[in-house]
Amino acid sequence: MIEQMPGTTISAVTRRLVTMRQESGVSALGRVLTLVIAAGDELDEAAVVAANTASNEHPMRVVVLLTREDVDDARLDAEIRVGADAGASDVVVLRAYGEVCSGVESLVTGLLLPDAPVVVWWPGNAPANPGESPLGRIAQRRIVDSAAMTLGPDVDRRFTGYTPGDTDLAWTRVTRWREHLAAILDQPPYEGVVSVEVVGAAESLSTQLLAAWLDLAIEAPTTCRFPVGDDPVEGLRSVTLSRPSGEAVLARETRSEAELRLPGQPLHRISLPRRSLSECLAEELRRLDEDVMYRRVLERLGHIRSQTNAGTGWMSEWSTVYE
Amino acid sequence: MPHNPLRSPDDPRLSRIAGPSALVIFGVTGDLSRKKLMPAVYDLANRGLLPPGFALVGFARRDWADRDFAEIVHDAVRKYARTPFREETWRQLAQGIRFVQGRFDDPAAYERLRDTVATLDRERGTMGNHAFYLSIPPRSFPEVARELSRSRLVDREPDDARWRRVIIEKPFGHDLASAQVLGETLERVFPPESIFRIDHYLGKETVQNILSLRFANTMYEPLWNRNYVDHVQITMAEDIGVGGRAGYYDGVGAARDVIQNHLLQLLALTAMEEPISLSAEHLRAEKEKVLEAVRLPEELDRATARGQYAGGWQGGERVRSFLDEEGMDPRSRTETYAALKLFVNTRRWAGVPFYLRTGKRLGRRVTEIAVVFRKEPGELFGKSDTTEQGSNALVIRVQPDEGITIRFGAKVPGTAARVRDVTMDFGYGNAFTEASPEAYERLILDVLLGDAPLFPQQREVELSWRILDPVEAHWAEQTGQLEQYAPGSWGPLAGDALLARDGRTWRRP
Repeated sequence: MIEQMPGTTISAVTRRLVTMRQESGVSALGRVLTLVIAAGDELDEAAVVAANTASNEHPMRVVVLLTREDVDDARLDAEIRVGADAGASDVVVLRAYGEVCSGVESLVTGLLLPDAPVVVWWPGNAPANPGESPLGRIAQRRIVDSAAMTLGPDVDRRFTGYTPGDTDLAWTRVTRWREHLAAILDQPPYEGVVSVEVVGAAESLSTQLLAAWLDLAIEAPTTCRFPVGDDPVEGLRSVTLSRPSGEAVLARETRSEAELRLPGQPLHRISLPRRSLSECLAEELRRLDEDVMYRRVLERLGHIRSQTNAGTGWMSEWSTVYE
Repeated sequence: MPHNPLRSPDDPRLSRIAGPSALVIFGVTGDLSRKKLMPAVYDLANRGLLPPGFALVGFARRDWADRDFAEIVHDAVRKYARTPFREETWRQLAQGIRFVQGRFDDPAAYERLRDTVATLDRERGTMGNHAFYLSIPPRSFPEVARELSRSRLVDREPDDARWRRVIIEKPFGHDLASAQVLGETLERVFPPESIFRIDHYLGKETVQNILSLRFANTMYEPLWNRNYVDHVQITMAEDIGVGGRAGYYDGVGAARDVIQNHLLQLLALTAMEEPISLSAEHLRAEKEKVLEAVRLPEELDRATARGQYAGGWQGGERVRSFLDEEGMDPRSRTETYAALKLFVNTRRWAGVPFYLRTGKRLGRRVTEIAVVFRKEPGELFGKSDTTEQGSNALVIRVQPDEGITIRFGAKVPGTAARVRDVTMDFGYGNAFTEASPEAYERLILDVLLGDAPLFPQQREVELSWRILDPVEAHWAEQTGQLEQYAPGSWGPLAGDALLARDGRTWRRP
């Protein structure tokens, strides 16, 4: 069910939500968090769909906030979606025009669930320092997606503007890779890794985050390369862990499969489909405290980029040296 | 195992993927295997929790080729798996499916099995790690254990580079003595820490949630003792009869089938003290302490009840009585309903009775733990104003409709100060709509990871029998027919009388 409320106020929306709940019994119980989608100036349905799917694991209220400051006429339009149109969540889409946009916090505050955590997600461009932004300040967790941003050289800001609770879907996208890499070292031979090589696309911050994580955890010389060529696979391509007994290589072959090569073992095929937006979002919502490992990896990456031969552009290759 | 630098307590995102391994299922043609085990293996693969070097080997008497077996697994997965069917997952899984034909006592079949797993170790990279799932009648355990050992599929030599594990299902014996014999038989072949006894109840989210409810919250634990709790009722009811299992069921009965394992485990989790950690060792220590502290009342006659279901109409269906079931001895004295009063002899629980009941052909299928609190003295609100109010209760619904209900009194709207019972409800399905993993998924993964907190060990099994053996002995001394109860009712009158003697009544689940 979708209901339009043109030219309205937040208190009217709140009252309407309560009535709808009493009338139909939908959305009555057990919401665990409020997700604010700061969608910029255009409604990205893909983001709302991802949130609705993720709500199967995390029942929540979703507030989609669209702001158009450039419009003269100050007005607030709202749209309420419940039931089949909202998965296991209830969705409120707010369209703010003109001066109404000046108090985004006040727009959202009245719709936050009592005593439940708040998560803000910028599916597109995000403020340079999410934790300092008006919306970011009211949230326990702030999700940005550097893959969806028009970043350019701005990426370096990310290493300075960290607040506990920040996270990036570029980091979420490498979780499955990290699980497989950790699983390799769970098994014999229990040898130290002497060097690491990570290969991926230059545009993908995921590649650099994964390389920085390996460097941080293993403390062995790590190289992060972005070969240019006709390789059709985008994003992360391969990780090589070199040990005295040989190389362990995890390499993406197709969009859905990877190969794992280990010394003395047959070739393993691993199903490694690209993660959907809703999968990534669901993972982000699983823990709402600070992701300490992400912070340390960001710090490490910032350090590597300032210390090593990383050069000026954020798309340059780098490697670390251990004495 | 040395420390893995890629694992850190600061990195809770990483789930553990099982290491390379082969799962060998004995008795692969059975119902459990088709409806639960095969789908669970697929669901694990689909969630990315199985290693690339994984193999599934079936062992049974049927004359099947690998292909036929793969077909059976495929159909079972299609029909019963929880997660959607994905061609890629299936392709990867199917590459490691093998079948070995043979009888449990045929040494040649074990030779073939050994060759099969050795080939898998080489070609699939299962690396010598093998789990043997014995989904077979317990009378075959000794035979299979002996042959596994003789064919050197399993040995007791410690080896860091590979492991052997065995998984068995209840019943773990039929009394203390037989449980000890079974334990010794298995331990001759497998080291104790490689024996995984499956009690699928312990794999259920709600059962694990008992620990979270009690020890991750502050508001329940202060009440969780004799000062506030009047008594505890633990119920596991089924609405079906013994059906095709008549032959197995005769001589076993409800108490051995359910109370000895599931209900005493639920009792242990409800009554235990807070463990030092959630590790297998610490959890087990606390559960064992509670089981060891359990006391039966002196007069077993007055503290137990049993019965058999009669024939008649149940919910629109005509059903046979227990004694008329096909293949049943018409003079059988096996109970299909058993109820029991126990005490836990600790400072926390002194004097608080725990009532356990289980039965077949009862009102509906339900498993729950009800903690019933003491009655409020009733000074402020007059007697007549609180007649509709019972005791406060906290009910943990294990299945179906998993969740927790709290019952308390609230004012009835109007001018009078009348109070009646209302309930506050938490449903897993409301707060977490994602279907929780099947118990078997969790348990199989834990076996492959070597993670044991959810598996009872030999000592717990023996302690449980020690509790039940005197009751069974007492029942064996009685003569005459067992009380018959109507199908679809809540059991025999003797069951109600058991609580009535203490001035209490069973909760209607």
